[in-house]
Amino acid sequence: MPLRNHIFVLIAALLLAGAAPGAVGEQLSHALKPALGTKMSDVKASIVSPDGSGLPRGNGSVFAGEQLYKIKCASCHGIDGKQAGNLLVGGLNSLASGQPVKTVGSFWPYATTLYDYIARAMPYNQEKSLSVDEVYAITAYVLKLNGILGHSDTLDEISLPRVEMPNRYGFVELVP
Amino acid sequence: MADFSAGGGILNRRALLKASGVGLAAGFLAPAQAEEEWMTRAGESPGKYGAQSAFADLSRERVGGHEFGAGAGSSSTPLQKLNGTITPNSLHFERHHSGIPAINPDRHSLTIVGAVKRPLRFSYEDLHAYPMETYVYFLECSGNSYRNTLASPANVTAGALSGLVSCAEWTGVPLHYLLDEAGLESSAGWVIGEGADAAALTRSVPMKYMLDNAMLAMYQNGEPIRPSQGYPMRLFLPGCEGNISVKWLQRLKVQNTPAYTRDETSKYTDLLKDGTAEMFSLRMEVKSLITSPSGKMQLNRKGVYEISGLAWSGEGAISKVEVSADGGKTWAEAVLQSEPKSLALTRFRIPWQWSGAPAVLQSRATDNRGNIQPTRSAALQRYSRAGFYHYNGIQSWQVTALGEVKNAFA
Repeated sequence: MPLRNHIFVLIAALLLAGAAPGAVGEQLSHALKPALGTKMSDVKASIVSPDGSGLPRGNGSVFAGEQLYKIKCASCHGIDGKQAGNLLVGGLNSLASGQPVKTVGSFWPYATTLYDYIARAMPYNQEKSLSVDEVYAITAYVLKLNGILGHSDTLDEISLPRVEMPNRYGFVELVP
Repeated sequence: MADFSAGGGILNRRALLKASGVGLAAGFLAPAQAEEEWMTRAGESPGKYGAQSAFADLSRERVGGHEFGAGAGSSSTPLQKLNGTITPNSLHFERHHSGIPAINPDRHSLTIVGAVKRPLRFSYEDLHAYPMETYVYFLECSGNSYRNTLASPANVTAGALSGLVSCAEWTGVPLHYLLDEAGLESSAGWVIGEGADAAALTRSVPMKYMLDNAMLAMYQNGEPIRPSQGYPMRLFLPGCEGNISVKWLQRLKVQNTPAYTRDETSKYTDLLKDGTAEMFSLRMEVKSLITSPSGKMQLNRKGVYEISGLAWSGEGAISKVEVSADGGKTWAEAVLQSEPKSLALTRFRIPWQWSGAPAVLQSRATDNRGNIQPTRSAALQRYSRAGFYHYNGIQSWQVTALGEVKNAFA
């Protein structure tokens, strides 16, 4: 334990010793907070939101994404994104049918979420191995498989937040 | 005469020891006991880290998820083999999205970034200098009991069916201390928590929840939390769906909106019949189940049994649990063990005389906010038939004339 922690504990003990006996359930005073956080800048891959905040500069094409998808994604998701259990494609207009098929195309409300998830959590067992441009490219290709982008389209940090997903207005937020 | 308080043999809850003529066969004489080997020689020496009895046979059960690859999936608490309310750390349920990371705490830290005056980094060691608090809380996966939403009842144990709920004493630093130190900007409405696992599981938490009773948990039942529960530190949001209590917490990003991450849009949202889906359904609902007798158990005699089970609510404390032995026609109020704690498991008990006739055992919990556990059919009305999160319907255990106990949809 560093010296400063010992000092903090000592000061806390002195403060407590001078106070009235503590009641059960009583919380420690705010005045005792040690303020040990060190100032820093965020260096890890940022968390991306629908307004585009957190997106890094870069770009990737549907064409480049197709090549990457075959190598990095198809073994789990199928060459067409329709592998059972790991579906990415299909299910449009199925959500109210009683046999809903939830995919990127039929269910996901924001395209930015796709970038965010691929960048930080894919490919499975090789997470965080893709470059920024590769993530844009794979994102573009998955959107193309869903008919949301055309085969000659490209995505970057400006265009991705502007992609409107088919189920964009399919959610009710239960926020307190 | 036995003192019945409801149909199907439910006895007066205070009458267990007084019930006459229905207990274990009176007058049966056990043979004189021989000296057992453990009575006649020294046993094992004191050990470093305890293990269960070789005869106890406690283990978690894999619930599924194998299909997603190594590391993914879940394992459930064997509720039917435990008593009291605290789940041993070795048996707390697990749900991982890309396995359990082996984190060296010296190379792990918590950072607070985004809409704060001072972005900060906290080391594991420094966090131990902050005031900690200790509470007993349940944690439940929102997919718990999902098999009861399917078309036919799975004939499995209580743990395999509904063991994605556990209860522990959690100790850690209230998050408001750390957020205050970073200094929240006026736009700060949400805090996005990110784990350090390969899945980088990330959830958006309303600031109200963060400042109310959210904790940076570092100890579970007195010891550092296990790797499977988020070592060296996890977010803990009492009463909320388990997924939002992000394990292996490494970053909190403060901002004015949710991030709408994969795990709060594509997963962990609740599809309604009209095809829309509810998002941020964070609170777990009032719920209970009988853990004994329960699925796959066998009653080998007629007579008096103790019905015992667990109840909980994400909105407060349990105020009442009723038990039925006739499929919900008549109910009697069970005894709640000790003072029910808010947002923790509560144990209930009531005596029951089994006549040997088929019976259907049920429990129905009420919390101190007035929420009453719904029937299965009412619970299923809430969402699309394909919905499987946040299921809290009344559990029915069918007892056959042969004494078999099975999951049933009554």
